[in-house]
Amino acid sequence: MAMTSEQAVEATALAGKGRSPWADARRRFFRNKAAMVGLAILAFVALFAVFGDFLSQWSNEELDYNVMGQIAQEGGPSIENGHYFGTDDLGRDLFARTVQGTQISLAVGLVGALIACVVGTLYGAVAGYVGGRTDNIMMRIVDIFMAIPYMFVLILLLVMYGRSITILFAGVGLISWMEMARIVRGQTLTIKGREFVEAARATGVSAPVIILRHIVPNLLGVIAVYATLLVPLMILTESFISFLGLGVQEPLTSLGALISEGAGTIAYGTTWQLGFPLLFFCLTLFGLFFVGDGLRDALDPKDR
Amino acid sequence: MSLLQIDNLSVTFDGEDGPVHAVNDLSLAIDRGETLGIVGESGSGKSQTAFSIMGLLAPNGRTDGSVRFDGQELLGAKPKDLNKIRAKRIAMIFQDPMTSLNPYMRISNQMTEVLTLHQGLSKKEALAESVRMLDAVKIPAAKERVNLFPHEFSGGMRQRVMIAMSLLCQPDLLIADEPTTALDVTVQAQIMDLLGDLQRDFGMATILITHDLGVVAGFCERVLVMYGGRVMEEGPTEPLFAEPTHPYTRGLLAAVPRVDDVDAAMKAIPGNPPNMAAPPEGCPFRPRCGFAGEDCRVMPPLSPFAQGRARACHRPIAEVTA
Amino acid sequence: MSPLLSVRDLHVRFPIIRAGDMPWTKPRILHAVNGVDFELEAGQTLGVVGESGCGKSTLARGLIQMVPATGQVMWRGETDLLSLSPRQMKPYRSEIQMVFQDPLASLNPRMTLGQIIAEPLSTHRPDIPAKERRQRVAGMMERVGLLPQMINRYPHEFSGGQCQRIGIARALIVEPKLLICDEPVSALDVSIQAQVIELLKELQRDLGLAMIFIAHDLSVVKNISDEVMVLYLGRIMEKAPKARLYDDPQHPYTQALLSAVPIPDPVAERAKRIVPMTGDMPSPMNPPSGCVFRGRCPRAQDDCARTVPQPEGDAHRVACLHPGPLSAAEMA
Repeated sequence: MAMTSEQAVEATALAGKGRSPWADARRRFFRNKAAMVGLAILAFVALFAVFGDFLSQWSNEELDYNVMGQIAQEGGPSIENGHYFGTDDLGRDLFARTVQGTQISLAVGLVGALIACVVGTLYGAVAGYVGGRTDNIMMRIVDIFMAIPYMFVLILLLVMYGRSITILFAGVGLISWMEMARIVRGQTLTIKGREFVEAARATGVSAPVIILRHIVPNLLGVIAVYATLLVPLMILTESFISFLGLGVQEPLTSLGALISEGAGTIAYGTTWQLGFPLLFFCLTLFGLFFVGDGLRDALDPKDR
Repeated sequence: MSLLQIDNLSVTFDGEDGPVHAVNDLSLAIDRGETLGIVGESGSGKSQTAFSIMGLLAPNGRTDGSVRFDGQELLGAKPKDLNKIRAKRIAMIFQDPMTSLNPYMRISNQMTEVLTLHQGLSKKEALAESVRMLDAVKIPAAKERVNLFPHEFSGGMRQRVMIAMSLLCQPDLLIADEPTTALDVTVQAQIMDLLGDLQRDFGMATILITHDLGVVAGFCERVLVMYGGRVMEEGPTEPLFAEPTHPYTRGLLAAVPRVDDVDAAMKAIPGNPPNMAAPPEGCPFRPRCGFAGEDCRVMPPLSPFAQGRARACHRPIAEVTA
Repeated sequence: MSPLLSVRDLHVRFPIIRAGDMPWTKPRILHAVNGVDFELEAGQTLGVVGESGCGKSTLARGLIQMVPATGQVMWRGETDLLSLSPRQMKPYRSEIQMVFQDPLASLNPRMTLGQIIAEPLSTHRPDIPAKERRQRVAGMMERVGLLPQMINRYPHEFSGGQCQRIGIARALIVEPKLLICDEPVSALDVSIQAQVIELLKELQRDLGLAMIFIAHDLSVVKNISDEVMVLYLGRIMEKAPKARLYDDPQHPYTQALLSAVPIPDPVAERAKRIVPMTGDMPSPMNPPSGCVFRGRCPRAQDDCARTVPQPEGDAHRVACLHPGPLSAAEMA
């Protein structure tokens, strides 16, 4: 078949590397201004969590005897004494405490979301792809788990095994994957009906390979969007538990615990103790929501 | 004066990678009671032409030129005036009737609503008229079935209901956009037969938009062949099918197998349809055309060459082979 | 010598479980394919036609155990494919490949052309080194009219016709003996349909492929097939060599179907007579007794309700109690 000049032009245009659906999504994401603002906020919070310790003049455990006892008068934010965010009620540096709280909160959020992504995706994809009785049993198990009030279980766990960060991670991870499994299963059912999965089955590709090669990559969009919504949910859960006084154990702290303390002492006029942790808490959530929205728009251009 | 007169219509969409020119410089006229077929492949702009007549373009679409219906300009008309014309004088049926039927409403209510609203009939009169119209589209036991919901009809029956609804206000112009594409061939034959009968009985002008040359051959008096957003050739059906002069028309006719032909031969047109975001320079068919030359880099105008016929080609077949 | 594929009494039944049914409720049965038999020789093409819901796609999937089927599917007269376990079936899946209807949907959007076309090869011949695999993929791309430099591109960058070429390349990379084409051109533009049909015919000639070509377009089937089988509600109505079926159809359903096909010629199209066929196809959940076509048949008589007609005849088989050419009276 002889090529006309246009076909030759087209041929060179189509040589080399293709524009993958991911590259397209990335391009759309980086064009989205709100998402970029969100990303900048998140970057700021992350930098704060990672490098905050280097800026801090005080460690998070040290008590400043100069301000102790007169926090309301002396413990406010100040450059001179090195307490940029002021001190807490015991005279500990609030800047260092906020850095640590942000670290813990982000870690809880990320670990929870990660467990949800891995466990939930595989569980949901297997249930959806295999279908039939297996699907039925697997999803009923999820239903049963979801019917148990998780907050109650989490609190029970923390009371039984003591308040530790490991238990907190385990507890948060335990509950986070179920909703993800349901979402992934639903999407898998849709993808399973698509012809390219049928083509793979017809050619004899084995089920695990189909799940990993054909189903999961096409789920990643949904997973990414849901994960960005899960992180704030996990942070909120942790904050709620900490607010109840059951979260991480002193001297460790989290944003939720700090907010709880700050809220308790607000009557004495120490507004900074609530203000700074709350600011970082809100920034993190805002950033995540903006990025989540941006991801959704970038990955599902049809929905706009 | 023609019933519908389109002059230099262009439709442009704002795409992610710049503007997409879906329709370029299209002109056509249709008289009362006439049947016109618009034939084209996907991306030829045939449906967007219909949508712009009806003012139904997607929000990122823009139109240029003029669309006059019975002397009244439709492009840029007030929504109120447009609604009045759309409701009473121009009707449209689609490939998928479910898109224009409300699944949660009984057929009777959907049909009488149109009549009470636009014709000022009483509820009882409207119902009688609806049943009469369902009879006209040969729905058996129309009196009982008028109370059913759309999903209780089969695909072919649903398209009949849709046709009945579109004819309720006795429109002057019916636009049928791929009305039988989703249907089986036996049902398609019934629906086209019905449309033909109704067209004769009601005398409305009809624009049939389709990719199926066989359907056009049976139904239309005049045909417009579109490719890449432009009109390639137009003329009365019989001479156009018998002696196509545009290389695209000829290629298209040779590509369609005929069931009454001994081997149902089909001859492919090489190449791929144009990417409308980056169309070829000049004639859109140039990259696939066996007769194209350098002069084809300038779009030829649509020019008349015989009784009622026109083509947009620098190198029409009659001249090339002569 | 035994034929490449010999199908006896193939049935596909789907249990229909309605929402709200209790686990012990006996599901209703949808009998999608009902006692189909045919033989296919190497290098030959069998066209399967029928309206939507006639079971033609299900038939194809039943042959290769994509849906639960019963009966006998003899491969080269040696193996009954339906008796094999999924593991035993695997080697046969490279010998029977499939091309799908929707060109874009049948390609994984997250994989490159190279990965898509190579998948059957890496599944069935993992012993072939990556370099040779890549060469074979490039060779196959050229074979189906794709440029080898497109190998790293993604499906969404191609038009429908090109995507269908990719699907064909994927099917042929493992050198199958039988290609099942399920409506391979019905989603394509007219001018592209002819390209794909020409390509399929050329490949068939060169590679000696047998084909099962499923379509609702009777003209396309006429173009490509050696033999044609007409299905209605999961049953064979008529099966004959192409010329016999199109020139001398005996079953009233075939006659109605053929007369309904529009002809792209105003003179012929307006002169032709359409065999009237009333009503709609009945639900396969609740087929009529006797002949399944009798409710819409212009020739139906009392005995049609009692006896299920079997496809009779040798080369030209007709499942009708009152077969025969179309009479002038029926053309009303």
